[in-house]
Amino acid sequence: MYTTDLNDKGRKPTAVNPSTEDPERLAAFEARVAADDFIEPKDWMPEAYRKTLVRQISQHAHSEIVGMLPEGNWITRAPSLRRKAVLLAKVQDEGGHGLYLYAAAETLGTSREEMIEALHSGRAKYSTIFNYPTLTWADIGAIGWLVDGAAIMNQVPLQRTSYGPYARAMVRICKEESFHQRQGYEIMMTLAAGTPEQKRMAQDALNRWWWPSLMMFGPPDDNSPNSAQSMRWRIKRETNDQIRQRFVDVTVPQAEAIGLKIPDTALVWNEARGSYDFGEIDWEEFYAVVRGEGPLARERMSARVTAWEDGAWVREAAMAHAAKHEMRVAAE
Amino acid sequence: MSSEWPLWEVFVRAKNGLAHKHVGSVHAADARMAIEAARDTYTRRLEGVSLWVVPSAAIAASDPGEADALFEPAADKVYRHPTFYSIPEHIKNI
Repeated sequence: MYTTDLNDKGRKPTAVNPSTEDPERLAAFEARVAADDFIEPKDWMPEAYRKTLVRQISQHAHSEIVGMLPEGNWITRAPSLRRKAVLLAKVQDEGGHGLYLYAAAETLGTSREEMIEALHSGRAKYSTIFNYPTLTWADIGAIGWLVDGAAIMNQVPLQRTSYGPYARAMVRICKEESFHQRQGYEIMMTLAAGTPEQKRMAQDALNRWWWPSLMMFGPPDDNSPNSAQSMRWRIKRETNDQIRQRFVDVTVPQAEAIGLKIPDTALVWNEARGSYDFGEIDWEEFYAVVRGEGPLARERMSARVTAWEDGAWVREAAMAHAAKHEMRVAAE
Repeated sequence: MSSEWPLWEVFVRAKNGLAHKHVGSVHAADARMAIEAARDTYTRRLEGVSLWVVPSAAIAASDPGEADALFEPAADKVYRHPTFYSIPEHIKNI
C-alpha cells in the first residue's frame, strides 16, 4: 500500500544544478535509463536521482509500516477465526513489504535508522490514507478492496522502474498484494449480501474510503512538480491522473456488482472516452492530511515512536549478546 | 555510536536440485536471528526449502566501472558457441 507522490504543495523539484554532475557520465546514465536498462546499486547515478529514489522508496516503506496500524486495530475483533487468520497474514505481509523496501533504499547509501528517525521526527511522509480511522469491521473490507486495489494500480508499473532493487522489491510486493485486495472485496461482498444493517456498514465504509483512495494517486498531473523528471528517469512509469482514471474504471463495476454505490454524484460513463468521468477531488483535504492534520496523524506517529522506544532495550541486548558470543567463540 | 544491527544478504533454495538465489537482505544481531528474520521476511509462501545468510560486509563485488574490461572481451569470441560452426545437414548427431 502506498502513494506515488506525497510532496507538499508547491514544493520545488529536487533537481540539482546539472553543472555539478559530470556531463559525460550524466549523458551515459540518461541514455541507459532511456533504453530501459536497469540501474544497480554500485552504478554511477546523478545525486538528484539518488535523492528522489531514497525519498520515494522510504516513503513507500513507511506507508507499509504505518499501514499495519489501522488494520492491526481489528485483529482481536475479527468476526471469525478465518477472518482473523487472514488479517494477521495480511498485516504480516505489510510488515514484510516495508522491510523489502527499506532494504532497497539502504542500497542507495541511507541507513535504516536514518529513515526511521526521519519518519518519527515528521520529516518523512507516509501515505495520507493511513491517517483515517477504521471505525467498523467493514473498513477492513474497504481498505483491502480500495486501498490495496489503488496500491496495486500504482505498483504494477513500478515493477519496471529503472532502479533494480526497487523494481525487484515491487515484483515481490505485487505478487503478494493481490490476495490483500481479494480478501477485502470478499468481506465487502459478504456484508453487502448480509442483513440490511451489514449492507449499510459496507456502504458507509465505501463512502468514507472512496475519496481518500482516489487521493492516494497523488496530486493532479498539472500540480505534481517532480513528475516530469521522475517519468524521464523511469522512477515513475505513468502519471498520477492516468493511474487514478484506471482505478476508477475498474472499481466502479466492482461496486455495482455487489449493489454498493460510489459516493460521487458526478460519476458518469463517458462513451467517447471509454472511461468514467468523476467528480472533483477535495485537494484541500488532501494537503491538510499531508501536513499531518489527518484525524489520526498524531496517534499513528505516537504508536510508531512508542514501539521503537520500547524495543530499544531488545535491540541493544541482542547486540550485546551477539558480541559476547563472538568473543567467547574467539577465545576458544 | 550506532547500535544498528548489521546487514545480512539472504539466499533461498527454492527446491532441492536448484542453487540458492539472492532474494534480499535483513538486519539481525547474529546469524541465527538473521535466519529467523529471513524466514519470516522471504519465505511466507513456500518460496524455499533452505536459507543462507551472509554478512553483507563479507561480500566482495566487481566494480561496475570495470564491467567492460571484465566482460566485453567475451563478445568477440563467438567461436566459443556451437552455432559458430557450420556442419552440413546430412551429418547427424553432432
